[in-house]
Amino acid sequence: MPHYEPWSDERARAVIDEFAHLEGPLMPMLHAVQETFGHVPDAVVPMLAEKLNVSRAEVHGVVTFYHDFRHEPAGRHVLKLCRAEACQAAGGDALAEHAEHRLGCKLGETTADGRVTVEPIYCLGLCATAPSAMLDGKIVARLNERRLDALIAEAQS
Amino acid sequence: MSTNSGTIRIYVPKDACAIACGADEVAEAIAAAALAARQPVEIVRNGSRGMLWLEPMIEVVTDEGRIAYGPVEAGDVDGLFAAGFLTGGDHALRIGKPEEHPFLAKQTRLTFARCGIIDPASYEDYRAHGGYRGLERALTLGPAGIIEEVKTSGLRGRGGAGFPTAIKWKTVADAKGDQKYIVCNADEGDSGTFADRMIMEGDPFELIEGMTIAGIAVGATKGYVYTRSEYPHAIWAMEKAVEVARANGMLGANIAGSPYSFDMEVRMGAGAYVCGEETALLDSLEGKRGTVRAKPPLPAHKGLFQKPTVINNVLSLTAVPHILADGGQFYADFGMGRSRGTMPIQIAGNVKFGGLFETAFGITLGELVNDIGGGTATGKPVKAAQVGGPLGAYVPTWQFDLPFDYEAFAAKDALIGHGGIVVFDESSDLAKMARFAMEFCSVESCGKCTPCRIGSTRGVELMDKIIAGDRVTANLATLTDLCQTMKLGSLCALGGFTPYPVLSALNHFPEDFGAPPRVVLEAAE
Repeated sequence: MPHYEPWSDERARAVIDEFAHLEGPLMPMLHAVQETFGHVPDAVVPMLAEKLNVSRAEVHGVVTFYHDFRHEPAGRHVLKLCRAEACQAAGGDALAEHAEHRLGCKLGETTADGRVTVEPIYCLGLCATAPSAMLDGKIVARLNERRLDALIAEAQS
Repeated sequence: MSTNSGTIRIYVPKDACAIACGADEVAEAIAAAALAARQPVEIVRNGSRGMLWLEPMIEVVTDEGRIAYGPVEAGDVDGLFAAGFLTGGDHALRIGKPEEHPFLAKQTRLTFARCGIIDPASYEDYRAHGGYRGLERALTLGPAGIIEEVKTSGLRGRGGAGFPTAIKWKTVADAKGDQKYIVCNADEGDSGTFADRMIMEGDPFELIEGMTIAGIAVGATKGYVYTRSEYPHAIWAMEKAVEVARANGMLGANIAGSPYSFDMEVRMGAGAYVCGEETALLDSLEGKRGTVRAKPPLPAHKGLFQKPTVINNVLSLTAVPHILADGGQFYADFGMGRSRGTMPIQIAGNVKFGGLFETAFGITLGELVNDIGGGTATGKPVKAAQVGGPLGAYVPTWQFDLPFDYEAFAAKDALIGHGGIVVFDESSDLAKMARFAMEFCSVESCGKCTPCRIGSTRGVELMDKIIAGDRVTANLATLTDLCQTMKLGSLCALGGFTPYPVLSALNHFPEDFGAPPRVVLEAAE
């Protein structure tokens, strides 16, 4: 399970400063913020804007453009199911339905107890051993109902 | 080779596909079993050979060469030890020499020659297997000579557009700029493609060498590899290799003691498919929304930070070291028509023997799907294959004589794209896939142009009506019209090519859309 730090102004500035020497540093900064705090909090937007000498609207525009950046923290575990064509061809639809049924929430949502966020992902590049999934960064291929159940049990533990 | 101390070398891939199938657990089990047996072993984490249905495929070095076993699960390891696999002993999972396996023996491996054979983190291994021969020759040829060699090879952009690489390089070489860049498009978002991922994980120095040669050719001193957050293993492998190359004087100032300098960084996207479009990628690298730019100006003139930029796909850049090492003509001698050299083709989806198959252009789709891929994994008849990712056409079985060639595919309203083939069996519903194509476009559209942003949303609505059986004939006419607008009016390939999967599905499988079947339509004509 990933561990995130509680929000701190000082820590956020330190994380951002680490990438200030790069050309085009905003994306690496945003990734680092999310890796540190588990999401991209609103409070970081003006900090980035000031650091990079751009408007807050521009930073907000970037944060909201990319699917990876979370506005809210995710559940304790994140289960991503590949929903792209190769996984669909190999039975991914039925597995996605099965996961939604087992977790009691739709793709893109978090279970009521806050334990598991289940999301679609568009291609892990494991298309010859489809369907595939990713649980908190761990990749799993040749997914079937039994393996998916094991992943869900791991996520719910 | 078994060393004198009696240490046996075992290869266990750390390709993401192998890991996802349990390779890490297999490596641990081997280490534990060897310790228990008091047998010293050296476990090398190589890339994948590309026979992905056999992953994790482990190899043991014996007196007769490398002997492979697969697919191995951690639970198989004790049995393998009992069967004497350390000396190539017989076992139900024994494959024999990998290079003699028909799937590999039938290939022409130039770009993937080393992939799965070497330790991807080892500079010495790369050198020992012909690495940096291309760069050495490039240094003797100089910029103009390099571009001439690439021109002779006939190399065309492997990202999908098929634009001649040498022309792009010449344009950047001739452009004036205090700073020029080499950008590698490793944003391999197409479903059914994994060649970029595999080569970055299995032979990352080849990409570094290719980018360095490109840098020397055009006068660029800085390079970026832009890859996907969905590819953490590829990012680790690339970053490690960059570090090792730098430590060996192959990146940085005065590469290999030459007057040329070149360094590079690996950057990660954030889950936006459209960033695989080159100008959106450049904006993303600059720290902006991944919005498509209008062309001109071309990236070759005003690319990254408005500086002259070569932006090439991973497979274009990794073809370069080979072209320089053995000469452009050697490469050009493979292929057909204007499609020269080899293409690493990826066979995926519902297929029995999925994997990476590098071969000269000209092989037919049927050979790839049926003979090499072995048909569907489910055993049901093949219905269609989508070639070229989410923007590629669905090719029906009656067009499987189509040769893998840019022009031949274009003539059938299809595209090779990045060389990915996704196989579907007869249970698939292509109306649903057409709806998915529109939905994917609507989710991933950068929003800059109307045909893509609004058209895809309208496309989803139309497909919902068609699937529900609501005024099918009228709605199909509107869908066809909408596809024309998207095709002709979109700024980039996302909106412009989404009609390919939609219209190919409709034209070949109208019965899935509630229209009369194709045979009936043809008889009526």
